[in-house]
Formats: sequence, structure tokens, C-alpha cells
Amino acid sequence: MARVEHYAAPRGLKEAARRAAERPATVLAGGTDLMPQIRSGKRALAPSLVNLRRIAVLRGIRRDGDGVRLGALTTVTEILGHPLLRQRAAVLVEAADHFASVQLRNMATVGGNLCNASPAGDLIIPLLVLGARLELVSWTGTELATRELPLEDFFVGPGTTRLGPGEILAAIRFPLPPPDFVARFRKFGTRPALDISVVSVGIGGRRRNGTLEQVRVAFGAVAPVPLCGRRTAAAIDGHPLGPDTTAAAVSAAAAEIRPISDVRASAWYRTELIQILTARLLRDVHHEGH
Amino acid sequence: MSITKAISFTLNGQATRIEVPVDMDALTMIRDVLKLTGTKLGCGEGECGACTILVDGTAVNSCLMFAVDCDGRELTTIEGLATPAGRSVLQRAFVEHGAVQCGFCTPGLVMQGTYLLRQNPGLTVADIRRGIEGNLCRCTGYQKVIEAIAAAVHEIEKGDRA
Repeated sequence: MARVEHYAAPRGLKEAARRAAERPATVLAGGTDLMPQIRSGKRALAPSLVNLRRIAVLRGIRRDGDGVRLGALTTVTEILGHPLLRQRAAVLVEAADHFASVQLRNMATVGGNLCNASPAGDLIIPLLVLGARLELVSWTGTELATRELPLEDFFVGPGTTRLGPGEILAAIRFPLPPPDFVARFRKFGTRPALDISVVSVGIGGRRRNGTLEQVRVAFGAVAPVPLCGRRTAAAIDGHPLGPDTTAAAVSAAAAEIRPISDVRASAWYRTELIQILTARLLRDVHHEGH
Repeated sequence: MSITKAISFTLNGQATRIEVPVDMDALTMIRDVLKLTGTKLGCGEGECGACTILVDGTAVNSCLMFAVDCDGRELTTIEGLATPAGRSVLQRAFVEHGAVQCGFCTPGLVMQGTYLLRQNPGLTVADIRRGIEGNLCRCTGYQKVIEAIAAAVHEIEKGDRA
């Protein structure tokens, strides 16, 4: 295990960003990915460990203008129990409900789930469907700088993101979906709990006269990064929901994913699952409210 | 070796102050430094729940928690559940229902069951099944564990505390 020479658990974000900029740092949020990665040697701790968990401004779920702001330290359990999210962003709650186990949901944070950048990260898919944007902060040497990035541009590859050195994910924002917005999330694993998704799919859009509009589709664990299904979304957008649109969406999905074969499933099986889940989600969306 | 840091917290109701390496996990601190060996190390990856403890009343996998992060918090381990009046309602239920075989998973299951009962004293069997998804038991087949937690729900309805 690498030697940690500096440790800080600041209460302010500015201090945390300053510490993270000073020297190569590992940033600690929930720890549920970090700890096993260190133990297995998959990842080494940097000389400086910056613990974000005392920073109050990184916590909490709140209305933010016409959107919702999730502090990066929001736990999966907090998402699961939040009335506004349950009512208006149920697709995120659905994913939270299928996330690992109670103990892990109590520890794991939404920010950590994004920064860990697993192509199978369960909260990433619904947040892509919700059109989330990220608030990233860093220390310039004299002050705290903030930039925004669409979530879909955040991922570079498995475990790697566009976070700059010393940059910290502070919050996730998404527009509060309008009342006619419907969305669904489905993951497939060999058991309901504690399973890394073999594949996952999220579909959302605004329901208008038997069609979905402003459609967003996202796929998990079928590419090096969580994938925005733009061609699948285009195959659905504005077309009457039903067998023809489903067939078009399913073939677009199969064409745009880039699955690999690994210990959890073969590429062939993943492609099958994506097609089946995409069809099921469209059927659910179609029949909802009828 | 990494640097160490002095931290203080409440452990099973007692003020505790120790110095820990900043990269140590909470389970190692509890077992190897504080010598409370009731909490078990199973998988070390958060899959098995044998290391479950309560931190500020919330069930977590202590094997995934950094020991330094215990600073200022309130920890409860299996050793802290019994009161001067005796074993907790759930501990008694585990004994009465034979919800223990080899016993390795038991501290984790009792801690998780305690957390579930405190969160929702009116747990249904379905809630119990979902609530212990993060605790593996390779002996009992879970049925007696579920019966024990359900029996504790019943005792709490009659006036006992979780």
C-alpha cells in the first residue's frame, strides 16, 4: 500500500480544493469503491488523502431554480427516501432501489458513483436520462473556480473521467422533469442485490399523443463508458409507440452499443439483453397510464 | 507506513481516543487495535455484511470505512447491543429461533437487523428479506434469521425497544 503523507478532513470546500491542488491527492467520499480498489492493488493512494465527508455544502438534495441539485456526497439511501425525487424523478429512485445493499446504499455517494466511472455505474444511467450536468470545482491558487460539464461528456474510459488534477465534483444538477415526462430504468444481473450490472438501460421522454418526444436513452456496461443511445433515441422520438417503433429502437440499440465479453457475460449475450430490455422498457412506457 | 492521526469517537457509549494510520479501515481498527473481535472480516469488499456496524445509527460495512473517518462519530458494534438489563430483543430472538449455526455471520446480521428494526419497527417479512440482502449466511438458509427478526418486530409491538 502506498504511503500517505498528508491527511485532511476539512469542513469547507475551498480548503478541500486547496488541499487537492497542493500535491497529488486521493479524494475520499463514501469509500465503498476506493477501499476495495486500494486493498486489491487496483489503485494506489496518492501522497495526500483529502476526506470530503465533513463538508456540509456537498450534502443534501434541494430545488435549485427549475432544477434539482444533488450535493456530491448525497448517499444512495438519501436519494431513495427523497419525496421530490420519488415524485418527479422516479427513474433515479428506481436505480437507487436496485443499488447494491442497504449498508452500501448508506455509505455510497452519487458523486463517488460518477467519479468511479464504471461503465456499469447504476446511478449514471438515470442521470444521463435526466440530462444531468456536473458542477466541478478547483483551486486556482487564489480562489475557487467552478465549471459545468454535461454528464455525458464526463467519461473517458473505464475508471477515467475529465476531472482535472485536483478538481472535485461538487454537485449534480438536472432540470426537474415536466409532468408529462416518463422514464424507466432496468438493470440485469444474476441476483437482485449486490450485483454489478451485466447490462442496464434507461429510457425517458415526454409523452405526447401516443409518442415520446425529447427522448433520452442510456446504456450501461455495453461500452467503455456509460453510453448515450442517440440513435436509439432518434428511432423513438416522435414515432407512435408500438411494435414498429420498438423494432426500430431495438435494432438501433444493437447497432450502437459496443459490448465486450468478460467474466459477467459475452458480448453476444449483452446484445441480446439490451434488445430485450429496450423492448420491455418501451412497452412499459407505452402502457403506463393506459 | 502512512502517517497516523489522533481521532476520538464514542464506541458503544464510551469515549475513545486513539491514533490510527490514515489508510487503515475501521474494521481493522475495531478488531486489531481496540480488540473488539465480535465484528467479523468476511469478504473485505462490502459483499457479505459480516463487518456491519452502526455509525451514527446507520448500518455500514466497517471494512469499507476509513478508520480516520470515525472521528467525532458514534459507533456501535455487536458488543454494544446488550444493556445492563440483558440482551437486546433481537439478540434474544436469534437465540430463541436458533438463527445461528456456525455464527460467523451472526454479529453482522444482528447489527443489520437492529438497524432495520430501528428504521421501521413495523417491518414486513418482505422488508426483512430485502433488508438483509447485504448479509451472507452460508449455513441457515436465512429462514430462521428472518423468523427471528420478525419475532423481534412482534416483541417491539408489545413494547420492547430494538
